[in-house]
Amino acid sequence: MMRRPLCVLVAFSMIMGGCAQQIPKDALQLRPESLELRQLQTRSFETKDEKKLLTTGASVLQDLGFNIDESETPLGVIVGSKDRDAVEAGQVVGSVMVAVLFGVYMPVDKNQKIRASLVTRPVDKKTNMRVTFQRIIWNTQGQITRTESVEDPKIYQEFFEKMSKSVFLEAHEI
Amino acid sequence: MKKITHLALAVLLAAPASLAVHGNAAADSMEHVMGTEKSQVAIRQIQTRAFDTREQKQTLRTVIATLQDLGFVIDKADESLGTVSGTKLNGYSLRMTVTVKPHGKTQTSVRANAQYNVVAVEDPEPYQQFFAALEKAMFLTAHEVD
Repeated sequence: MMRRPLCVLVAFSMIMGGCAQQIPKDALQLRPESLELRQLQTRSFETKDEKKLLTTGASVLQDLGFNIDESETPLGVIVGSKDRDAVEAGQVVGSVMVAVLFGVYMPVDKNQKIRASLVTRPVDKKTNMRVTFQRIIWNTQGQITRTESVEDPKIYQEFFEKMSKSVFLEAHEI
Repeated sequence: MKKITHLALAVLLAAPASLAVHGNAAADSMEHVMGTEKSQVAIRQIQTRAFDTREQKQTLRTVIATLQDLGFVIDKADESLGTVSGTKLNGYSLRMTVTVKPHGKTQTSVRANAQYNVVAVEDPEPYQQFFAALEKAMFLTAHEVD
C-alpha cells in the first residue's frame, strides 16, 4: 500500500513541474528534415487557377470527413478538422489486465481531434499545394494524452492520390 | 490499519499542496489578463522585425510557408488584417500569431507572438530562430526595429 502516497507525490511534482515549463530550444528552429517533410506534404499542380485548386482541396477534405473551420481564399488557406474515435484495442487489453492484476483503473485513449491546414501558392505557371495534419488525443478521463504532428508519408500520399482523383473527376464534371 | 495511516498521510501531504497551488491560482490568476513579464517596448522589440519590401500579401504567404516548414498547422489567416495564426503540436502546444503591416515608406514589419502551453514566450531566442527561418524564405534580411 505504499503506492498511494507515492502517487500523490508524483502528481504533486507533475503539477509543480507544469508551472515551470519552458519552450524547447528547437521548437522554432528549422530541422534538417524540414525540407524532406515539405516535399512529402507538397505537390505541384499544372494550373494557374488557384481558387479552383482550393475548391478541389476543400472537396477532398470533405471526402475525408473534415469540416471546414476557416478559409481565406486570397491567401490560399483552408483549415479543417474532424473529431473521431481514438480507442486502440491493445491499450484496452492492457488497461483490463492492470485492473485485474492491481485493482487500479487505468484510463485509455478515447477521442481525437484531427486538424488539417491546406495552403496553395502560385509558383510560375503552376500552383503548389501543401497540406499538414496534426492530432490531439484525449483519454476516458478527458485528459490530453498526446499532441502530435502527423508525419507518416502514407497519409500524405493517400491525400494527394485523392486530390489527383478529385482534379480528374471535377475536370470531367463527375 | 496501515492502509488508513497511509491514506491519512496522503491527505496530509496533498491538502497543503493543493491549497498552495489552487489558493494561489485563485488569488493571482486574474493578473494574467493584463500580465506580461517584460515591458511593452521590450516585448515589441523582441517580437518584431522589418523587411525591405512593400509586398504585404507575398510576405503573408511566406510567413504561412515558414510556419508550415516549422511544423505548424495554420489556424486562421486574414489578408486584410494581415494576420496568420498557427499551432504546433509536438508533445506540447505552441500557438503563434504573426501580423504583417507596412512600416515606414519602404518596409514591411512582421511581428510574431507565441504561447507555449499556458505560458507566454518572452525569451528572445525562439523569436530569433523564427525570424532566421523567415529571412531564408523571404530571401531578405530581417532588420531590428526600434
